[in-house]
Parts: sequence; C-alpha cells; structure tokens
Amino acid sequence: MTESTKQAAPVADAAPATGRRDVRALLQERWQWLAAAALVAAVCFAPFQLVPFRVFQLTMVLVYAVALLGLNLLVGHAGQISLGHGAFFAVGAYTSAILLHDHGLPHLVTLPFAAALAFVLGLGLGVPALRLRGLYLALVTLAIAIFLVPLIKRFESVTGGAMGLTLEKPVPPAWTGLAEDQWLYFLALAVTALAFASVYGLLRSRVGRALHAIRDNEAAAEVMGVKLSFYKTLAFAWSAMLAGVAGCVYTWTIAFVAPDSFTVTLSITLLAGLVVGGLGSMAGPVLGGLFVVYVPSLSQDINKGAPGVVFGLLIIVVMLVAPTGLAGLAGRAARSTRKVLQKERRNA
Amino acid sequence: MRRSVMGATAVAVLLASAACGGRGEEGGTTAQGECKGQQTTGITDKSVKLGGIYPLSGPASAYGQIPVGVKAYFDSVNAEENGIGGRKVTFVFRDDGYQPARAVEEARRLVEQEQVFALFQTLGTPSTTAVWDYAGQRKVPQVFVATGASKWGTDKSHPWTIGWQPNYISEARIYAQFLKGEKPQAKVAVLYQNDDFGKDLLGGFKKAIEGSQIKVVAEQSYEVADPSVDPQMRNLAGSGADVFLNVTTPKFGSQALAADAKNTRWNPLHIINNVAASLTVLRPVGFPNVQNTVSAAYYKDPVDPQWANDAEMKRYKAAMAKYAPNADVNNQYNAFGWAAAASFHKTMQAMKCPTREGLRDAMRNLKDVRVDMLLPGISLNTGADDGFPIESMQLMRFKGERWELFGQVIDTRKEFGPVTH
Amino acid sequence: MSEFLQQVVEGLGAGAIYASLALALVLIYRFTGIVNFAQGELAMFSAYIAWQCVHAGLPFWLALLITLAVSFTGGMLIERVVIRPVEGAPELTVVIITVGLFIFVNAAAGWIWSFLIKDFPNPFPGGAAELGGVAVGYATLGIFVVVGVVMGLLYLLFQHTKIGLAMRAVSANPDSARLVGIRVGWMLALGWGLAAMVGAVSGVLVAPQLFLEPNMMGGVLIYAFAAATLGGFDSPVGAVVGGLVVGVAETLAGAYVDAIGADLKVGVPLVIILAVLLLRPQGLFGHAEVERA
Repeated sequence: MTESTKQAAPVADAAPATGRRDVRALLQERWQWLAAAALVAAVCFAPFQLVPFRVFQLTMVLVYAVALLGLNLLVGHAGQISLGHGAFFAVGAYTSAILLHDHGLPHLVTLPFAAALAFVLGLGLGVPALRLRGLYLALVTLAIAIFLVPLIKRFESVTGGAMGLTLEKPVPPAWTGLAEDQWLYFLALAVTALAFASVYGLLRSRVGRALHAIRDNEAAAEVMGVKLSFYKTLAFAWSAMLAGVAGCVYTWTIAFVAPDSFTVTLSITLLAGLVVGGLGSMAGPVLGGLFVVYVPSLSQDINKGAPGVVFGLLIIVVMLVAPTGLAGLAGRAARSTRKVLQKERRNA
Repeated sequence: MRRSVMGATAVAVLLASAACGGRGEEGGTTAQGECKGQQTTGITDKSVKLGGIYPLSGPASAYGQIPVGVKAYFDSVNAEENGIGGRKVTFVFRDDGYQPARAVEEARRLVEQEQVFALFQTLGTPSTTAVWDYAGQRKVPQVFVATGASKWGTDKSHPWTIGWQPNYISEARIYAQFLKGEKPQAKVAVLYQNDDFGKDLLGGFKKAIEGSQIKVVAEQSYEVADPSVDPQMRNLAGSGADVFLNVTTPKFGSQALAADAKNTRWNPLHIINNVAASLTVLRPVGFPNVQNTVSAAYYKDPVDPQWANDAEMKRYKAAMAKYAPNADVNNQYNAFGWAAAASFHKTMQAMKCPTREGLRDAMRNLKDVRVDMLLPGISLNTGADDGFPIESMQLMRFKGERWELFGQVIDTRKEFGPVTH
Repeated sequence: MSEFLQQVVEGLGAGAIYASLALALVLIYRFTGIVNFAQGELAMFSAYIAWQCVHAGLPFWLALLITLAVSFTGGMLIERVVIRPVEGAPELTVVIITVGLFIFVNAAAGWIWSFLIKDFPNPFPGGAAELGGVAVGYATLGIFVVVGVVMGLLYLLFQHTKIGLAMRAVSANPDSARLVGIRVGWMLALGWGLAAMVGAVSGVLVAPQLFLEPNMMGGVLIYAFAAATLGGFDSPVGAVVGGLVVGVAETLAGAYVDAIGADLKVGVPLVIILAVLLLRPQGLFGHAEVERA
C-alpha cells in the first residue's frame, strides 16, 4: 500500500494546477453522489445505446434483480434459507399470463394481482415456515419447487398444461416513440426502482431492525420484545411477493410461460445468484442478476462441451474467494481505493 | 459502504454498455437484381452463417449432441465440396439450458449480434415457441426445428418457422395403422411423458383409433424428474391390456422395457416410440428381453449393423471421426443432426434467390427431396398447405440383435389426410 | 389383495433405493452437521467409475472395491479443497458450495461419459421370487440385504468405535472436541470420505435399476431427503425405515388415490417432510436437538 502511495504522490505533486486537486477532493467528498448519478444516467441511457439484444439482457437482469431482492429479504435479512423461490416467481408469472390470456387485462393491471397472490401464498407458507429453521426450511421449499411443475400441468384448462400459454407483449404507447424492447426495459426499470425503494425504506424502519435482530440472534430478539412469528411470516410473504412481481415482469418480457421454465433449477439458480451477488446488501441482488444472466452465456464461451462444468466451478470459486459475494468484494475494493485516496491526500 | 457498492455497480453497468457500441439501425443488407429488396444478411457468394440453439446444459443436455452431428456435416461439406454451392457454412450454436427465456436471449444474440442468415434448429417445444414470434417479426427463417410438435406444420401465422422430423401425431398414426391390421381388438395401455411430446403423441393416437375397435384401457404419465417409472408400470400391468404403447424418452424407455420384461405375468405387444427406439436404449435392458418389440423409424441408426456398408453411413462415420473425434459416433442424436443438416443442404440448393425470403420459399416448397441419412423410401415434402417435411415412417420389429424393417413406408398423409390441429 | 401386496412390494423396492442414498445423507450430517446437496451426484459419479472399471474388463467385485476406494479418497479431497476454506462460514455458504458441486459433477459426468444410458452390470440375478402370490425381484432383495448391512455397519461405527465417539463429539461441540485433542479437521474429511463411500454403494446398487446416466440420482434426492427427515437426520436406522415408508407411501398414493395419480405423487415427499417437521421435528428415530442460544 505504501509503495503505491509513494509512487503516486510525486505524480500528483508534479501537477502544476490546483484544479486537479479540487477534482480529487470533490471526488472524495461527493463521490457517492457522483456514482449514483452516473448509475442513473447509465441505466436510463443504456437502451438508446445498445442493440435490442443487449437491452433484452439488461431487462432480464432487472427481472432477476427484483426476484433476488425478495429472496435477499428472506435470506440476507431474516436469515432463512429458501430453495423454492422459483415457485413464487412462477406464481407471479402464471397469474399475469392467465389474466392476460383469459381475461384480456392490460399488462400493468396484472401486476398487483400477481403481487397479491404471491403475497398471500407466501403468508400461508410463512406460518409453517415459522417453526422451521435453516436446512429444514430449505428442504420444504425445495420440495415445493419440485412439486409445482406437475401441479401446473395438472390444471391444464387454466394454465395451458405442459404446452404453456403464448401471450402478447406490451405495446409501447405512441407518444413515447420507443421500440418494444426499450419500452419493456423501462417498464422493468420502473418496477425495479419501486421495489428497491420500498425495500430500502422497509429496512430502514423498525421492521428492518427487527429482522436483523432475528437473523443475528433469535432468542435475544425475542427477549427484547420482537414478535418473532409476526416478522418471520411477514418476511416470507414480502419475499414471495417480490418474486411474484419479478415473475410478472418475466411474463411481459418473454410473452410465453410453460411449466418447464420454472423447474427447481430456477430456484437453485436464484439462490446461487443471490449468494454470489452478496447477501444482505442492496447491491447484491443487482450483481446477482448480472451473474444469473451473463454467466451462463459466458460459461458456454469458455466450454462448449459442458457449460455446466464452468458454471458450477464459478459458483464454487466465487464462494471460496469471496464468501460475502461480489458485493462484499466490490465493497472491499471500494474501501481500499478510498483509503489510498485518503492517504494520498494526507501525503499531498 | 452501501454507496461504494452502488458505485461499483454503476461501473459494471457502464462497462457492460460501453462494451457494445451504439444502437445503429439493424445492419441488414438486401439483394439487388432479380431478388431486389430481399434480405441477404448473413449470406454472401462465399459464405453463409447459421445459428442453432440447443440445451448443452441442464436436464435435457442429452440433446446437446445434435449440434455436434450438424457441425460435423457442415465441416465435411466445407472441406470436401467447398461448402454449399460455393458458400462455406459457419454454424454457431448456443446453449439455452432448455429454458425458454434463455432461448429468446440466444436467438436475439444470433440474429442481432452474430447476424446469422437463418436459425437452423431450435430444440424443444418450449424454447421454439418462445422464439418463433421473434423470428417472424424479424423475418428470419427458423428452419427444421428439432421438436415434433404438430403446431409447426399446422400454424398459419408463422411462415418463417418449419419443423423437420415426423410430428408426434404422424408417428401415433403409424402405430394406430399397424394395430388396425395386426390387432383390431387391441386393448392398449399407454405410458407417456407428461409434456407436450407425450401429450401430442397420446392425443394423436387416440384420434387415429377413433371409429375402430381399438381402445386405450389405461394411461399413466411420468415426469422427467421422476427417478423411475416402475410404479407406473405396476399400475399399467393391472389393466389387462394386450398392447403396451411406450411413449418415453431414452432412460425411461429402458426402465419401461425392463419393467415389462421383469413382469412375467403381463406380456403385451410392446410398441416403443421412435425417440427411445435406439439400440443404446435396448441394449442395457438385454436383447433377449426386448424381442419382438415394435417401433417406427425414419432415419438410420448408426448402431444398426444393417447400415454398416451404407455409403452415407460410412461418410457420416468418417466425418465424425475427423471433425468430432471426441463425440460418440454411435449416438443417434449425432446422426439426427447430420440428417437435418443434409436436409438443409438440399433446401439451400433449391433456393431461387440467395436470400432469407428465398430460403423461406424453398423450405415450403420441397418436392420429393431425398436425403441419404433417411430410410430408403422417405423423402422431404412440403407445400403451401403442408408444413411437415417428413410424414412417412416405416415400422420395424426387434429380432435378435437388431431392428428389422417390415411392411412398406407408410405415408400418414395419404392414409389419414393432413394433420390439422 | 395380492395386487395391493404387489404394490407394497413395489413401494419397498423404490424405498430401498431412497434409503440407500438417505444413509449417505445421514452420515455426512452426523459428521459435519451439513446437508450435502451434491450427495446424489457424487453417488452417480461413483457408479460411472464402477462402470468404467467393468468396461475395462475388471470383474464386478474388484471394480466395486476400486470404486469404494476412489470415492472415499475423492470425498476427503473435496472436503479438503472446497469445504475446508469456508469452515466456520454461515451454513448457507456451504449449502451453495454443495449446489455448485451438484451442477459441476452432473455436467462433468455428461461431458466425460455422455448422456447416453450405460448398460451397468447387475450384481444380482434377474427374475423374481414368488412369495405367496407376490413377485419380489431378486434385485430388490439384494438391495435390501446390502442396505441392511451398510446400516448395521454405520450403527456400529457410530455407537461402538472411538471414531464414532470422536465424531459425535465433533458434531456436538467442535471447540470442546478440539480441546480434548480430537483432530476436528480430519474428522470432517473422514465424514466426507465415508459418506462418499456409502453414496458409492448406493450408486452401484441403483444404477442397474434406474439405468446409469448423469441425471440418474437427481430425482432420487428429494425422496432421500424425505426419508432422512422422516427417520431423523442423525439416525441410520431412521434413514432406512424412512426410505421404506416414503417409497410405499408414494407408490400407494400414486396407485390408489385418483386425485394424486402418477403425476402428482412427487407431492408425497413434500407432505411427509412438512408433517414430520411440524409434528415431530427430530424424526421418528432422531434425537431432539436442544437449542442453546
């Protein structure tokens, strides 16, 4: 660390104008805001810069980010493992699909229904989940995810059975002048922003503190008067609701649902994505979404014969190198950069 | 800390967007002259680029061998015949993990980024369904999709998408036809995979036996995630059926054959569908246990000794040894890919204009096109009202250590009329 | 009646398969306190090793011995390489690593041996014994015997050996165990090795029944989990009894309850897991865990 500082310092001193130092000071003091502004600009600007295929990928990143946000609430903040969140994702996707297909509702109107149904189911499952901890909850949710596929197939008259349902994509209103993929992207972006804002607010409230207390030490939390059952059930329900919302946006984007899209693989991918992205942080779900979308295509670039080998290996390697996930890694990188900057400033 | 992470995310997104330039209008090219205005994206006088989507990972990875056969075919045509009509074929294939969402992503990648001339094969009904609207909107041919669902042929609103293999309904008709002659009073028990494939075949069979004395007396389904079909077989054995229709994929086909063999009190006539009729399915069960099983075929099984001296089979095996030395030459999926690629070769040759429109018209106007990997007597036929390239199959019976073809090639279109649903 | 009995026998046959994998799950849980989601895939991989040996011309029993040795070493190696570095990390981290292992091993097997099914030699004679009008396959009987022997050996190991004692100490309280001189790290590696070995037995037993291909064990896993939950995650006897109950319940539900049918019988393990956890979380034969805050 000192080596690099020494090397960097003379270069900085050699700069004749003071302007550069001001920029650096500004960077240090306001850099969070700058970063946030850059993020917002990038996110809004992206669909006008990218080919539709890339916009589609980013839309999928947003879809998974919302699902992971929900999962994060449960796993990262309340400390419960779910291997079945794909099931709630599927519930949201199918609710939207059935309302679009059979009742011809407008796309946006299906969203509250999808959210509500997933919420209610989450609440119903939250009650038995109360009594389960750790691995046992993982097993139950895993079994639910496995059971869901044949269940969807059984109710063929509603769900379209194994053949699935083919739907229309949302049409961009003329005044926007947007292409279909761009419109979808902004819809997904709006939902994502709303979801993140709500969760952010939630975690800042007493609910967030209660959840963290439960995660860190259940007994102690109970002694302090946190109503365990209430908060745990609620965490499950919210988490399910967000997964359902993600499923709804998925249906808009793909315009086709089939039971085999929601196998247990999806649930496992979601959990892996979240843990790799980073538990308990706000950035974790976004990084996890990037992981879920980009890594499968990356792994087949590396190995055509068996992309699964690379995918499995990457999961293991990330866990070994960064048990706190990519968000933890990014945080560490950011902190050390800041330290370097601060030292540099002091030296200067 | 949270903010710093946000910064990192911003950088990540920026990098992702910077990585891939501005949003130019689709860089498609069009033809001049006689075919003026038609799309020539992905094709030149010297080259043609194709893209395929298959499950290379996930639960359906067994089918991931198909593109290996396809690639071996194109590689050998490139090396030995200087490509198709002087155009070297570049075949790019991508993995969708049998997930429709990823199939859409990969289709977009192939069309928009790789700028392929056509999508040559997407595998599986869900993935193909998720993609075909997109292919239609972009006017990109989606040629010879690797699924036997009947909708590729019956649908009128997707002229850019066409199937290849006999659809499951046609196959069901073959078995119905056979039973009508062999066992007109048959009581049939059916085991089927609970997805589009199993349901299409079972539905087609029920429809084909309408008006005859043949009855389906018991049916049991299984899920791909089930460990075994033994319980289902137990239930079917209790039905007293004298014909067993085995509508399964390879592993479950073997399990059902084994369960039938093990049960000495129930000895129905065993019909196994084409998907599971490879010798690689029968051998693990033991040849003595599967004698007189009936099935139907349309392309040559590389394991079958009767094709050992067949010219096309020799060519296939030589090409596989040369261009895919690590692949299992006896895998029927490689041969399937080979046959589909050869069919594409013939279709390309029939194109009037070297354009996407030209390919679309050619694939919908195939007349008695012979492909050497297909069984003798089977050819490709399509037309304005016929979206099914292959609708003929031949029955075969297992004798000793191999399948013996018997009877004539059955053209189901002639016997039953066009498939309409 | 004989039809019903035949269904029960069918269920027991399936149950024996679930039990064999559940034994491996129980073993690793006893040793290390984690649930290994990749256990089924490791068993499948072991079965491929056995197949490879037989394919190379070795006699079956020699191939089995080699497979057991390779699996034991492989299991220990996995613990050393990928589990060790995250020792002390949250349970979730370990779960995700085993999930990664699941994906990796499955894809690797497909890559090496392709997804075509292999003809795996059956160590037991084909055919079936007639017992009072009910046919019981010799293969099923053979699996019963082997599973029973493995169960007995595990019981002896747990209850009557020093290793068993040390192992129980480690899983009860790793810190105290370390203080009394138990080499905790090696005990954990031993747990992985033994579990992989028991899994190998399961894979070799199951392969001739389910036909060997990379996804062979995927469907078995959830039933094995249900079996282990029902019997109690820390009891070998429980795993076997649990496996048989799950197998019979699933088969009968599929055959006689129309609302369930063959397609929804995969809901049976879900119901069993839920019921056990709500009514008797420690399982039939397990010991109640006393939670200390």
